[in-house]
Amino acid sequence: MALLTDEHLSWVGTADPPATVEISRRDIVKYSTATEQQQKKYLAGDEAPPMFVFNLFAEIPAMDAMRNDGLARRARQGPSLPLKRMMAGGTNVDLRRPIRPGDVLTATRTLVGLSEKQGRSGPLIFLEYQTEVVDAEGRLVMSEHQTGIAR
Amino acid sequence: MSTPQDTPGPDAKPSDADETSTRVLTSAPAISEIMVGDVLPQRRHTPSNVSLFLYNAAVWNPHRIHYDAAYATEGEGHAGIVVDGPLQGDWITQTVLNWLGPDDNLVRFGYQNRLATHLGETLVSGGTVVAVDIAARLVSLELFVANEAGTVTTPGTATVLLAS
Repeated sequence: MALLTDEHLSWVGTADPPATVEISRRDIVKYSTATEQQQKKYLAGDEAPPMFVFNLFAEIPAMDAMRNDGLARRARQGPSLPLKRMMAGGTNVDLRRPIRPGDVLTATRTLVGLSEKQGRSGPLIFLEYQTEVVDAEGRLVMSEHQTGIAR
Repeated sequence: MSTPQDTPGPDAKPSDADETSTRVLTSAPAISEIMVGDVLPQRRHTPSNVSLFLYNAAVWNPHRIHYDAAYATEGEGHAGIVVDGPLQGDWITQTVLNWLGPDDNLVRFGYQNRLATHLGETLVSGGTVVAVDIAARLVSLELFVANEAGTVTTPGTATVLLAS
């Protein structure tokens, strides 16, 4: 069973165009409320909880670009995979400083791994991404190694 | 509605008996007072349709497995509406952040979403001290989100730098 072709694997090492986001207090408050944070600094939006960055730099596709599952037809650039059902896999994050309202952050995400294996309920493809987030002065704010799973 | 509560562990009082600590520390003390085996307070999580909707809106995640029960089961073969993996990752971080003092810092964390969880389940988050580096003031933690059967759905790790 080989789901991944040379064409897929040739995408490993490619980076998405850098994405820049201005951090808003209201967005932090929404996130902190939805995730039932208990620290006042998060609930007031003075500082973003670490997982606030999840999906923060992803493209916001137009409605007509969405597939039936609600996800974008083609999430940024990269190979079109033979498995379509996406699941979160996990992450490892190094935090350098808190994110606050007004920060202008730029993320660069690189596909660093593509692999497949047989899971309990069928084949799985693991997508590994390395993301570096820097502030307006170019200083590292955080780095992340994230895994996505297609099944 | 989702109403997580702090739940004291089974041994909420500091133990003075065993070598390996199993005491529950409600907040991080000074580095010199932390022992391997010390337990962080547990918290119960009962995600609701509303809390999952708001979470997915906040992170702009339109994937239908998180709000459309018919689609989640018939379309993608899940047992129900799926509780987001990154939301459980957030609970992993909250286990630590709610334990730290105002001048302590979470410097590194990670988690793996191992087992799907579904709307209607009650989940519990918690953690344990696994290493203490007094000179560097660093503490390593093992963390978890578990389901009602006691199976860990999302294991995690964290490193914290204590102020004192």
